[in-house]
Amino acid sequence: MPPRGDTTAPLARRLQSAAAAPAVLFFRLLEAPFQLIQRVGGLRPMPYLFLAPNLAFFGLFVVVPLFVNFAFSLTGGTNLYLSDRVWTGTEQYEFLLDCTNFTDPLTCREDRFWKGIFNTAVFIVFQVSFLVLFSLITALILNRKIRARGFFRAVFFFPVLLSPVVVALIWKWILLRDGILNAFLVSLGLPKILFFVSPEWAMFWAIFVSIWAHMGFYTLILLAGLQAIPPDLYEAAEMDGTSRERVFRRITLPLLWPNLLVVIVLALIKGVQIFDEVYVLTGGGPGTATQFIVQYIYTTGFSSQVQNFGLASAASVVLGVVLFGLTMAQLAATRRKDDV
Amino acid sequence: MTNRLKTMLTSGAVALCFLASSAAAQTELRMTWYNDGIEGEVMQSLLDRFEQDNPDIDVTLDVVPYKAILESLPVQLAAGEGPDLARVTDLGGLSEHYLDLTPHVSDPAYWEASFGPFLQWLRRPGEDRAISGFMTQLTVTGPYVNKTLFEQAGVDMPGEGATWEDWAAAANQVAKALEIPIPMAWDRSGHRVSGPAIAMGAGMFDAEGKPALVDDGLKKMATLLYDWHQDGTMSKELWGSVSGSTYLGANEDFANAQVVMYMSGSWQIPQFAEKIGDAFDWWAVPAPCGPAACTGMPGGAALVAMKGTEHPAEVGRLMDYLSSEAVLAEFYGRTLFIPGHLGLAAAGVDFDTDDPRARHALQTFAGAVPGISPTAFDLQGYVYNRVMFNALISRLGEAIVGELTLDQAFERMTQDITRQIAEKERGG
Amino acid sequence: MSDAISPRPSLGELLSARRGRGRRRGRLHWTDVFTWVYLALGIFLMFGPVVWLVLSSFKTPAGLVEFPPTFLPLGQISVEVAGHEEPLPLFRATLEDGSVRELAQVRRIGIVSQMVDPADPERTFRVPIDRRAPVREFRMAFENYVDPLKRFDFTRYLWNSVAVTVAATLVTLLINSMAAYGLAIYEFRGRRAIMLFVIGTLMIPITVILVPVYLVVTSMGMVNSLWAVILPGAATPTGVFLLRQYMLTIPTDLIEAARMDKASEWRIYWRVVMPLSLPAIAVLAIFSIMWRWNEFLWPLIVLSRSEVYTLQVGLNAFQGELDVQWHYILAMTVVTLLPVVLVFAFLQRFIATGIASTGMK
Repeated sequence: MPPRGDTTAPLARRLQSAAAAPAVLFFRLLEAPFQLIQRVGGLRPMPYLFLAPNLAFFGLFVVVPLFVNFAFSLTGGTNLYLSDRVWTGTEQYEFLLDCTNFTDPLTCREDRFWKGIFNTAVFIVFQVSFLVLFSLITALILNRKIRARGFFRAVFFFPVLLSPVVVALIWKWILLRDGILNAFLVSLGLPKILFFVSPEWAMFWAIFVSIWAHMGFYTLILLAGLQAIPPDLYEAAEMDGTSRERVFRRITLPLLWPNLLVVIVLALIKGVQIFDEVYVLTGGGPGTATQFIVQYIYTTGFSSQVQNFGLASAASVVLGVVLFGLTMAQLAATRRKDDV
Repeated sequence: MTNRLKTMLTSGAVALCFLASSAAAQTELRMTWYNDGIEGEVMQSLLDRFEQDNPDIDVTLDVVPYKAILESLPVQLAAGEGPDLARVTDLGGLSEHYLDLTPHVSDPAYWEASFGPFLQWLRRPGEDRAISGFMTQLTVTGPYVNKTLFEQAGVDMPGEGATWEDWAAAANQVAKALEIPIPMAWDRSGHRVSGPAIAMGAGMFDAEGKPALVDDGLKKMATLLYDWHQDGTMSKELWGSVSGSTYLGANEDFANAQVVMYMSGSWQIPQFAEKIGDAFDWWAVPAPCGPAACTGMPGGAALVAMKGTEHPAEVGRLMDYLSSEAVLAEFYGRTLFIPGHLGLAAAGVDFDTDDPRARHALQTFAGAVPGISPTAFDLQGYVYNRVMFNALISRLGEAIVGELTLDQAFERMTQDITRQIAEKERGG
Repeated sequence: MSDAISPRPSLGELLSARRGRGRRRGRLHWTDVFTWVYLALGIFLMFGPVVWLVLSSFKTPAGLVEFPPTFLPLGQISVEVAGHEEPLPLFRATLEDGSVRELAQVRRIGIVSQMVDPADPERTFRVPIDRRAPVREFRMAFENYVDPLKRFDFTRYLWNSVAVTVAATLVTLLINSMAAYGLAIYEFRGRRAIMLFVIGTLMIPITVILVPVYLVVTSMGMVNSLWAVILPGAATPTGVFLLRQYMLTIPTDLIEAARMDKASEWRIYWRVVMPLSLPAIAVLAIFSIMWRWNEFLWPLIVLSRSEVYTLQVGLNAFQGELDVQWHYILAMTVVTLLPVVLVFAFLQRFIATGIASTGMK
């Protein structure tokens, strides 16, 4: 951080001490029961004790819903409570997977589910690769000795804090028929472009906007990795007169590889889950060109007149299986690299 | 600093406790409401008066985004967490949750006489007596035109009995003469398409009363719409730019004189009166004709009582008050809504506007009610009409952007409807 | 973000790259130029849209739809004219003889506008409406903000949002740090499984389990209380992961030494490990504040009574069935954005140190 850290330090300290008083009291109060358990059971129960509250929340709000979700996928009808729902076995899955030709969504009975999957696949291929590329470039640049580095870091990071709806509205406002981008095109003597009417443009902007919003986060992870690279390696390379391009390929990239993998895994997971931003930006259109898999699940189970929880749940189970497979593959790859 | 934080935390805790134990001495009724204009304010002032006369009842208006009425409310009702009353638009679809007010209102005969045909919209299939609520607003779909543009271009507006083709030709002529980007725009909504489709001869139901959306009449209208999107009469911006059954309106574009003719409905009147003012003459015209009829679709929102309420008697008293002729006359008059009350419709409501355009539009739409085709009435009263509307608009939209051919789209519409109704009838 | 105040770096300083010392000094490498261009473009692309949003939010509905859009918000000037009660809108009209005058419009009939010279109210003109243009001045349309805000109980919603954000963030920090401590400090049976499980939950988008979570919340009787918004999202997998990675970097000697001093495990957790993890905790706090503040879909389902609405629900309540009012949407977007920007301005210095030292590798 540039020198300005000094000016904010007193404020931060005051804030800290203000927040600390009730916190200290709280932690003191909890000390007794924990000590008691430790005295009785020794160290063995302690990790479980520390994990218990978090796992209880996970259990209640993630595991139980996941089981309910799975149970939903085996039932039909529109009743909310499981006990009222009609058992259908694997019927919902069969309906989803009923295709004569899996490469052509139009031959499937539930064409929108497959279009959602295809669109998501296209989206993540481009989104993840450009996201990683631009995060890397930004991190490399912010790692240089430039003035006002803190400021530039903030510039690239702040969109991460905006809600997806806000991000989408900001860009929608720019891209409308009479928006500022079209005004710019007209001033160059070009015709207006209806961005949300062309499937290619809509997909382009969906990708662009999601990169705009999330790049800052990944940039920081990469920046952390860059700063952990020992500077003497670079100095040695400079002594040898190695070109910068070569230094990048031979030193920076290999040493940054673990961070890059984290970024790729996270970007993939988040890419598959893409929903709110694009939903507000393009509404999934034109036609179904930017309708992604989570939007399909949301509309099927929630926002259509017949709220088809069964089919939506089945689709989410299929999505879960795909995601799990992807992550396992990625984790396996990471581990191998780590061992080297 | 420390002190302030502490007081904040304690007052927070107090507030939370207070919320948790809001045991009220009086009966509290909750009414879930959404707003398109000022109707929430009008309703609130009526409720204030009701509370003054009935000190033992406290009514709270919970204003939510419309999205919550469509998506969250059904889940809340199914879970038994719904409000006592709500303003809804999925009239038949939610009917299983409605309360039959017959034993709780003072004069069921008044309800039957004043709201007769609309009560049927709120009933479960096979039921013919229940009274569950009244229409806060009756809507009729129909087109508006920018009369000023017609005058500027020197084009005569097609008169009574003109067909959709006539209007399209005239709108194109005006747009061409004045370089208006969009000759004609329709709301992206299956409900809007249904009226003209019925005019073209669509029957909507088969002989047994089962839904039969796709027939020659509907195909004719759909093909016409498809062609208009290809030849530039309509802009793909509206129908081609979102997916599924998402609603999109062209009200902003029309208000900015970017559209010559705009197919929407009576609910736009208050908004146009406010937004357009006298910037140009916006003019409601009678529904254009097809070979079978000249009709729009009826519709609207209803205030209904919910079965889950713990205070049916109080709900009955509130509904008695709100549905009384004097109160409704004030409500419709101030909100500029077309009355859903037969007596008021016949006698006429004194609308609270001196805008000649708004008065003309209200007259036009109210006058269109008697001419609405019976098929349109049946469709509006059909429980799964939204399934039909959504299938129609989403598949037609996909055809217009070229993802499906029209024939494929028709096939998918039928499949979507069969599939969803089957799911619903599986239990629920 | 007060870095913005620091003087604009000169081109040369900007280009003095990390390895720009020594023999290459003074010579521009292509990466130096690239850096400069990239940063300039970055500021434009990252800030531009938000600046445009804020500027637009002060425009009148008429100003918003103008094409090409004006950069600053403008409003039409109205003038008092003798003989007319209301101020009349001022236009620049081109008369038949080709001269241009500023006239006030009395009324419009069809395609002809009836106008009057404000200086000489007796003289009236008839001008075709396409031969006049409004005269405007710089004016902020504050009514975009005031109108929607006075339609509902803004302070109540703000308070609810703050209560939810603060309470949820505290709960999240406590249980996530405890779990992270458990996973980072101890070797025990099932550790690997729990870690895998935490990463697994990272993959579940809340959207797909909306209805089952609603069922859980209903069965606990929490609907329409703020707890229904606070609790379900409290155990964030991201938080556990982030804090654990950070705690792994704390030297075990420190903990062993504390144990030698007969400190209890709880004491080690909050006296030794927590203070050392402060940067990572600050990062999680920022994320948690942002997640909770921005939450919309979930509160919309569990909160149906206006006294418990959060700001996001309340601000969207003006979105009706049939109307998209950009002037309100833009203004309300700015309102929801402000607090996040403020929190960020105060805490941004933690973000860099926090993530940078989480040892994300």
